[in-house]
Amino acid sequence: MTTAALLDLRDVSVSFDGFRAINGLSLTLAPGEMRAIVGPNGAGKTTMMDIITGKTRPDTGSVTFRGHDLTRLDEPAIAELGIGRKFQKPTVFEALSVWDNLLLALKGLRRPHRLLFARLTPDEIRRIEGLLATIRLGAESTRAAGGLSHGQKQWLEIGMLLAQEPDLLLVDEPVAGMTDAETAETAGLLREINRTRSVVVVEHDMDFVRALDVTVTVLHEGAVLAEGPLDTVSNDPRVIEVYLGR
Amino acid sequence: MSTHFSFRSARWTALLVVVLALVLALASLLPQGSALSVSPFVVTLCGKYLSYALLALAVDLVWGFAGILTLGHAAFFALGAYGMGMYLTRAIGARGVYGNADLPDFMVFLSWHRLPWYWWGSDHFLVGVVLMLGVPAVLAGLFGWLAFRSRVSGVYLSIITQALTYALMLAFFQNGLGFGGNNGLTGFKDVLGFDLTAPSTRAVLLALTGVILGAVLMGARALMGGRYGRVLVAVRDTESRTRFLGYRPEQVKLVVWIVSALIAALGGALYVLQIGIVNPGEFAPANSIEAVIWVAVGGRGTLTGAVIGAVLVNFGKTLFTAILPEFWLYGLGALFLATTLFLPNGVMGLLRHVPRKRDEEVTPEITNPEGSNA
Amino acid sequence: MRKAGLAFTLCLALVLGSPCAPAGAQEATPDPYAQLASPHFDAIIAGIEALGRSGDDKALATLQALGAHKLMAGSEGVYIHAGTGLVDARTGQQNADIDPASLHPVRVNNRVRLVLATARAELLLAQGSRAEKHDALSRMLTHPDASMLPALDHASADPANKSLRSEFEAARAAILLSPGAPPVALNEQLTAVSAIKKTGGLGARSLLTRAAALEALAPQTREAAKKAVASIDFRLRLWSYAQDLFYGVSLSSVLLLSAMGLAITFGVMGVINMAHGELMMVGAYTTFVVERLIASYIPALSPFSLILALPAAFVVSGGLGILIERGVIRFLYGRPLETLLASWGVSLILQQAVRSVFGPSNVAVTTPGWLGGAFALGGLEITTVRLAIFLFAIAVMAALMLVLRRTPLGLHMRAVTQNRRMAALMGIRTARIDALTFGLGSGIAGLAGVAVSQIDNVSPNLGQGYIIDSFLVVVFGGVGNLWGSLAAALALGLGGKGLEPLIGAVSGKILLLVLVILFIQRHPRGMFPMRGRGIES
Repeated sequence: MTTAALLDLRDVSVSFDGFRAINGLSLTLAPGEMRAIVGPNGAGKTTMMDIITGKTRPDTGSVTFRGHDLTRLDEPAIAELGIGRKFQKPTVFEALSVWDNLLLALKGLRRPHRLLFARLTPDEIRRIEGLLATIRLGAESTRAAGGLSHGQKQWLEIGMLLAQEPDLLLVDEPVAGMTDAETAETAGLLREINRTRSVVVVEHDMDFVRALDVTVTVLHEGAVLAEGPLDTVSNDPRVIEVYLGR
Repeated sequence: MSTHFSFRSARWTALLVVVLALVLALASLLPQGSALSVSPFVVTLCGKYLSYALLALAVDLVWGFAGILTLGHAAFFALGAYGMGMYLTRAIGARGVYGNADLPDFMVFLSWHRLPWYWWGSDHFLVGVVLMLGVPAVLAGLFGWLAFRSRVSGVYLSIITQALTYALMLAFFQNGLGFGGNNGLTGFKDVLGFDLTAPSTRAVLLALTGVILGAVLMGARALMGGRYGRVLVAVRDTESRTRFLGYRPEQVKLVVWIVSALIAALGGALYVLQIGIVNPGEFAPANSIEAVIWVAVGGRGTLTGAVIGAVLVNFGKTLFTAILPEFWLYGLGALFLATTLFLPNGVMGLLRHVPRKRDEEVTPEITNPEGSNA
Repeated sequence: MRKAGLAFTLCLALVLGSPCAPAGAQEATPDPYAQLASPHFDAIIAGIEALGRSGDDKALATLQALGAHKLMAGSEGVYIHAGTGLVDARTGQQNADIDPASLHPVRVNNRVRLVLATARAELLLAQGSRAEKHDALSRMLTHPDASMLPALDHASADPANKSLRSEFEAARAAILLSPGAPPVALNEQLTAVSAIKKTGGLGARSLLTRAAALEALAPQTREAAKKAVASIDFRLRLWSYAQDLFYGVSLSSVLLLSAMGLAITFGVMGVINMAHGELMMVGAYTTFVVERLIASYIPALSPFSLILALPAAFVVSGGLGILIERGVIRFLYGRPLETLLASWGVSLILQQAVRSVFGPSNVAVTTPGWLGGAFALGGLEITTVRLAIFLFAIAVMAALMLVLRRTPLGLHMRAVTQNRRMAALMGIRTARIDALTFGLGSGIAGLAGVAVSQIDNVSPNLGQGYIIDSFLVVVFGGVGNLWGSLAAALALGLGGKGLEPLIGAVSGKILLLVLVILFIQRHPRGMFPMRGRGIES
């Protein structure tokens, strides 16, 4: 993996009210790579996502994405650079229909003055219908998103992520609250997505991580504890100690 | 497509408003005493209601769709009224009490010798229009840009909008500001050469107000029913999420904020044309809050509801203050209580027999899952 | 007259060499008592002047009587009208032989009055009590008269007057720096300037300003006077700053009082209570009612009705608050904007109710005697009632702090604020705490109403004037932070009064509003942001 990195975090630290949430974290992601991030609660997984997407600014260290310094950009700018994010708790626009949720997520119009007089184009209809098929919500397209089940909301949010057509997807606990069958389908979907895009998945579910079959990074106390294939990492005594306690 | 954004009722309301205004205007031109004639009093009253409906529509855009509870929208209404009032004052010319062709009466009274610079050109109707729309738009732009950029929201935003209109009220009460102090601007004679007291002028003004209200209603329907309205609702409910999609909520809100200020200003200008006076009392914070209750009574976020609410509440006020003046405040107070407690969707909610899933929309503050990943 | 006085002073100076100077002077002049009876003003004036320097113990009484229009003139001399009869001014003996009808009042005109004042001052300096001497010296400071110089010097040499030395010096200095003063050494002139400067005040300033323009004085003296004027101006300005500071602190305490209740309802509970101002208004009307009741039933307690109004207002407003919370607010928790509208409705109803009961115009709440008036503190004028409100605001804040930090109610309130669900699980009856918290905030509004009734018009519109300011104080200070509210009240009060002399009261207020709006736009959480339920909106 010596090619130019897609995403590069170097020596990043951030603290809140004296608590060091991220402590000298370094992480590199190659173009097209899928990476799973695991770690116990409070390891800094979500904070790391916040830093990449511009929600939190690091105190020290550098974060670059295709050569852009992300620490100088805010959330919309980073989103437009091509980084999409799915939240731990599914966050969709509940008052809007499934269709509208996807419409707003579609890559394209963002500036208010363009939005004012925007009309639905045939291309947009085609793209939304494609997405609806992918996330299997075609029958629900006119329903308010607030009325969907938990799993459907997770899928809608993944659909919205795809609609953004990002180069890098950050997916936070995509299978929380899903049935085994749904979990397996989600793993398949993510592998499918990974064919054309880079993905970072944060997940607790080890079966799901195993199903993804990718490099795993273990975070602990805001830093990388171990990195490598799941089997190697899960036999690392330090990892076992962190997970099982002393 | 989702049915939430069609606002079908808005089209009918717009049509109804235009037709009613035209009919009333025509009827007022019939010879007085004939069975169908309408008195000038009713014409003025209807003009007032429709001007207020524009203000209500402005409030609905920001409160119903962007979730900004404005307690200062009367400021934009009053600024629009003052802008138009400046032109009307200059149009009096030498017919004022002091017969001074260059200076309005109140300036002569204060023994000013020259017109302040901000009155320059106000004798031209077009400059008046630019003042009447431009000043509120610039003020709204500045205020909104600062507020939304710093993510001031919720009650904090409400309180500073109220402080804004309060500050403006204090300022306009001062004689030194050059807008007639306590008395405001009044004593107008004509507009574009038409006598303001002539029944024909008044009929045309009422018809014009109806047409403008109808057009604004249709315009608002187009905006809110389109993609922009959807983004606005998304921003209202889940602002942080829209940022991760690449939207800039502060810009999205700023646009609706300025559009809304313009609509309010337009209402103010039409108001002053028909009522014939504008004074600093128009800036009173109570007026802004009253405008909010019109929207709440009609049904927030429905466009039609704003118009219905403004007309209903003001009609009630006219009746009450004529019959039981002491009880009007009781009635208004009870209306505030009853609407918030029992009628969260207003009259429009009552009209819609089938309760919808949109109930949450009325209380976006609690459905706001910001920072859900924290 | 002044010339005559000067000539007289010079001749007096010649004879002052001998210790029995007054007696010697008396010999050289005609009988002053007879002169007073003369129909000619010149003679009367000469008589007064003679009495003034005589040191005669009857002279003072005579001149006092003249000042009080009680001195009658007859052919034999002058008599004092002393209630029951006539007293011979020269001897002090009751004289029953004189026919009152044959007497006429001693003639007085403005010239006579002036001379009389001076002569009286001379006599007072020699014979008066300490207070009378002090008064006479103050008069000489404001009306310096060169003819008084000998008498002044004579009196100041008296060891009995040692305690008044600085006053004597100042009076002498005033004379030396006035037109018509005898020429003295530069050194002495400069001493005089510094002596006057020491007295301070507007009187000293005008004296020195005149001296600075006086050709008769040495240029150095005039320069020194000019500098002294500048330094007095500086001192006066400091005092006036201090006065503004007092007004500012006073305004701040009113703001703090009106905002403290909101700091509880908005800051702790997150409830936007637009009826807060009306709860203050109710407190003010309670004061009025308590005052009336006491005046008609227990008039003996009238001076204390204000104190009795405090618990009454707390209970009435607090009770009303609990009623509002139970009847309206509790259905709207979590919907701050709806709460805002509903409580506005409540405020309209309260306004109209008070208007229906008490009428639309102001009611008169009296300020008890012990709170009336003002007193001077250095160059400051302290209005008693404003001082009392300041102390009251501090007391209420301290009490509130105690309630929040040291009582079970405070503990429960904080618990509910920080984690409602957990508090409920631990057995705290959150609904009851909500009602009590709201009642506490409303009760404090009532207390503020009592205070405000002493300085503002008590009318149904009273509340409207305070609501916006109170909200700004709470938001500006940082919601949920009492110290922040204190800081914000001080900033707004001092800022308002500080801007007032520069751009006027209303413009100052407008500027302040704009500044606070801008500040909140930059720092939406106020000066001292805190965590709490109120923030989550």
